[in-house]
Amino acid sequence: MRRTLLQLGAELRIILRNGEQLLLTLIIPLILLGFFGSVDVLPSGDDDPLTFLVPGVYAVAIMSSAMVSMGIATGFERSYLVLKRLGATPLTRMELVSAKVLSIFVVEILQAIVLLSLGIALGWRPEGNVWPLALLIVLLGTSAFGGVGLILAGRLRAEINLAAQNGLYLLMLLLGGMIIPRDSLPGFLSDAALTLPSTALADGLRAALNGTGQLLQPILILAAWAVVAPLVAARRFRWS
Amino acid sequence: MSVVVENLTVQYGSLTAVNNVSFLAPTGAVTVILGPNGAGKTSTIEVCEGFRKATTGTVRVLGLDPTSDHAALTQRMGVMLQGGGVYPSVRVRDVISHFCALYGKKVNASELIERVGLTQRATSTWRRLSGGEQQRVSLALALAAQPDIAFLDEPTSGVDIDGRDIIRDIIGELSHNGTTVVLASHDMAEAEKVATHLVLFHSGSVVATGELATLLEVRKRLRFTSTEGIDLVQLGGAAGSPAHHLGNGVYEIAAETSPRLIGKITQWLAEQQLPLHGIDMGHESLEDAYRRLTRGLS
Repeated sequence: MRRTLLQLGAELRIILRNGEQLLLTLIIPLILLGFFGSVDVLPSGDDDPLTFLVPGVYAVAIMSSAMVSMGIATGFERSYLVLKRLGATPLTRMELVSAKVLSIFVVEILQAIVLLSLGIALGWRPEGNVWPLALLIVLLGTSAFGGVGLILAGRLRAEINLAAQNGLYLLMLLLGGMIIPRDSLPGFLSDAALTLPSTALADGLRAALNGTGQLLQPILILAAWAVVAPLVAARRFRWS
Repeated sequence: MSVVVENLTVQYGSLTAVNNVSFLAPTGAVTVILGPNGAGKTSTIEVCEGFRKATTGTVRVLGLDPTSDHAALTQRMGVMLQGGGVYPSVRVRDVISHFCALYGKKVNASELIERVGLTQRATSTWRRLSGGEQQRVSLALALAAQPDIAFLDEPTSGVDIDGRDIIRDIIGELSHNGTTVVLASHDMAEAEKVATHLVLFHSGSVVATGELATLLEVRKRLRFTSTEGIDLVQLGGAAGSPAHHLGNGVYEIAAETSPRLIGKITQWLAEQQLPLHGIDMGHESLEDAYRRLTRGLS
């Protein structure tokens, strides 16, 4: 536990020192929520755009920290032989992974405080007593996106991994119904997007935080990603 | 013995990087694994460190299996990688403090930074350090373990002359205090300065192993440097043995080195009013020994 906490401190210091990670995990989601929450340009019909946007943007933030930020950082750590060097210390792999996961949770808590506060300031109100369920969905989403990020980070060269993570981020952002309603997509794309972890996370958070919509289907899809992606990552990961 | 390697083979697909290698590294000694780039040194060290599995053969480090006993080994092992190992945006003090804390052996980070001569650079980030300074940080990370055994891969590569002195001193101190040092290098002159024992690699195989002194033959020749164009017949006559010009004013007398021979040569040079720029006698250099031992090998 002592070593895990030491490594957690080191992980958080690296995140704080890397401006691009803060931009991705905090600033961009804040801009998305601030802009689309103030300017009525999204095709949300008669519904309050904030009930759609606030959970969706929080889902973007989770995807940013768990997949892109962690995935890119891990890819470069492989390339710089940081992981290899840590492998020669008493820090075990389990302690290293635990520290990384905990660092994501710390960032996600910060993201939740900032984004949900902004949402409330803009007029959004959570419905019903659904926070435990929201927490479960956040945990599943973190596992799913963390797994996807590590699948790429554990195999690709650092620069290719960087491009792949950003490309996947954009794809999931556009197709996953996070800030653009899935109804706006062509039928076949909308159906295919149902199976994406981004869709499941955004839909699940909407159902949990707004108290409306399907809950079971997104949770099942997200749970499948949350189990399979880390398993694939663990099997295929190269440490150096 | 701190390291026992028996019949080690490491293969990458169809490429055999290390071929049926055996050697020992005595406790408290500085054992240098020496050979040109691509000879199999790093692969061998990585098996000893537990980073890589042996294709065949056995390796014991401090009596432990580096792979299956890796957790126990990491508590007693210091490692210096050939390069990298630190995130570029991390500061020198932070990374060394972090490693000291991970090992939990109450090593003082500030003292360690001072020991590797980086006090002035303690607040610099890794990316702003020179190659030599990065090597010294890597050495400090290995020392944070207060190790019983230290594996150092090319520790003086890219290091300036002052840095080399610091690293050599630290290696000497480690050995003096009973730490076993296993060091990979392709730098023959550097190896000759720090090694007590040698393992000479060539194309994935060990061509010789043992104490440094026993691997170097006593020369049966004397070399000196003067001007070019000396009459070799006259020189050989004065020395009482055949003389050869090796080029660039370097001459060799094929005879057992002795004070009498040196006297004859210096007296003859003085009589001829020729300069004496240098004289070389005794053991052959490690480079000469390596060439002798690998001559005829593919």
